Amino acid sequence: MAKTMLGVEVLTGGEATAHAMRQIRPDVVPVYPITPQTPIIQTFSRFVADGKVDTVLLQVESEHSAMSAAVGAALAGGRTMTATASQGLALMVEIIYIAAGLRAPIVMAVGNRALSAPINIHGDHSDGMLARDSGAVQIFAENAQEAYDLMVMAPRVAEHPAVLLPVLVGQDGFSVTHSAENVALLRDEEVQDFVGPYEIPYPLLGERPSSQGLFAMPDAYYEIKVRQVQALEAAEQVFADVARAYALRFGRHLGAIDAYRMEDAERAIVLIGSTAGTAKDVVDELRERGEKVGLVVLRLFRPFPHKALADALGGVQRVAVLDRAAAPGSFPPLFADIRAGYSGSAELRSYVYGLGGRDTAPQDIEKVFAELQRPAHGGIRYLGLTGEDQHGES
Amino acid sequence: MASERQTAILRPGGVVLPGDIERPRTGGWRTGVKPSVDLTLCVDCLLCWIHCPDTAVQQKHGVFQGFDYDLCKGCEVCSEVCPTGAIQMVAEATPLDPRGVVLPEGGRRNG
Repeated sequence: MAKTMLGVEVLTGGEATAHAMRQIRPDVVPVYPITPQTPIIQTFSRFVADGKVDTVLLQVESEHSAMSAAVGAALAGGRTMTATASQGLALMVEIIYIAAGLRAPIVMAVGNRALSAPINIHGDHSDGMLARDSGAVQIFAENAQEAYDLMVMAPRVAEHPAVLLPVLVGQDGFSVTHSAENVALLRDEEVQDFVGPYEIPYPLLGERPSSQGLFAMPDAYYEIKVRQVQALEAAEQVFADVARAYALRFGRHLGAIDAYRMEDAERAIVLIGSTAGTAKDVVDELRERGEKVGLVVLRLFRPFPHKALADALGGVQRVAVLDRAAAPGSFPPLFADIRAGYSGSAELRSYVYGLGGRDTAPQDIEKVFAELQRPAHGGIRYLGLTGEDQHGES
Repeated sequence: MASERQTAILRPGGVVLPGDIERPRTGGWRTGVKPSVDLTLCVDCLLCWIHCPDTAVQQKHGVFQGFDYDLCKGCEVCSEVCPTGAIQMVAEATPLDPRGVVLPEGGRRNG
């Protein structure tokens, strides 16, 4: 396994993602720049300009056009990737629904960032949650290494005959996209071999003519839509298979969830993304003090790995679900999903944190674990909020 | 028609391939009424043929031949432009012969 590695390089999440794209060698990348996606596409553009990859880089006039071009390219028969963030993802969402409906297996990197207003360029998951019901597979990385690994895995999930759906690989804006860390890259040919050739059943530029994107009346739309929903459900097993293949070959296993020190845990936090790094440090520290705490990190958010999550929670008594997005008027998305699908005995509590890049310090995570020892607060608690805006005691 | 639709539904994204459907059958959109003809009133002016937006009126060498109900959407333009009242809209369930003439068991008098 080790011999397949190029060795460790110091890269930002954005640069690592661009390396994955270079190694995958997509045929077409339609793209429009937006912070904090820029390091991805800036680095990839340099690879194209330097002749390191022969991708057709389409510089279009908006994210809406980028995603539209991506749908055309993917259905024409070319492996297609793009990248965006925040308002750009919001603008793409209309076409992501179409990509999913037309079963276009586009892989896109997302530098997850807050949505306006107020305008803000920093990390949270509001943009990803806007695309939640688009029908795309949605994966989140904890760090630059995961952003790279998941990007290499993504085409095999997207293009699997049982799936054929867009895959969004998210990484937190700035804390992953712009933060340099050690990343172990695979060799170009290893990535090429792992990803394999791009094959879809009915390429528009193939031997067999076809009509795609046709009008579907009430007598057909429902059946086509439900098959699309079932394809996303099938992606859970496909993701597990691809993760296993990746682990067998390259020694890094990135399953749907990452259960960290959950053995015999009584209190647990569930969250998505880069704050997992901070939370793991806190778990280690509390474990040293003899506290039975653990962490569950979701990598796969759509389809939602209900069973894997329930298994990981096991005999936990109290769970804090930390959402880096709000769902105004109801409970935030991750909490709502877990509450809907979890039938275990643990008590679930809802927290929102880190909106607009608000830093989540180890003390914040410690505070959550401490609060889990006390009676339930009910409702939603806003972690890291200043002053009297924060619900409950602080 | 059902089996053709089934084929496309089973493919990802409802992709339609050559051979799935021999010819377009847009008449599936028709709701409620369809044109019928009283050939004793028809003068072969072919105004219906000229005006039909869906090429559903059939003619041969200038002689009216009937309607293609696979294409007719029931827009009623033909019955509007017919100067002799030969074309009348009838309920979808009305039995017609292949030319659009109401069969004797039809529920409505033609013309």
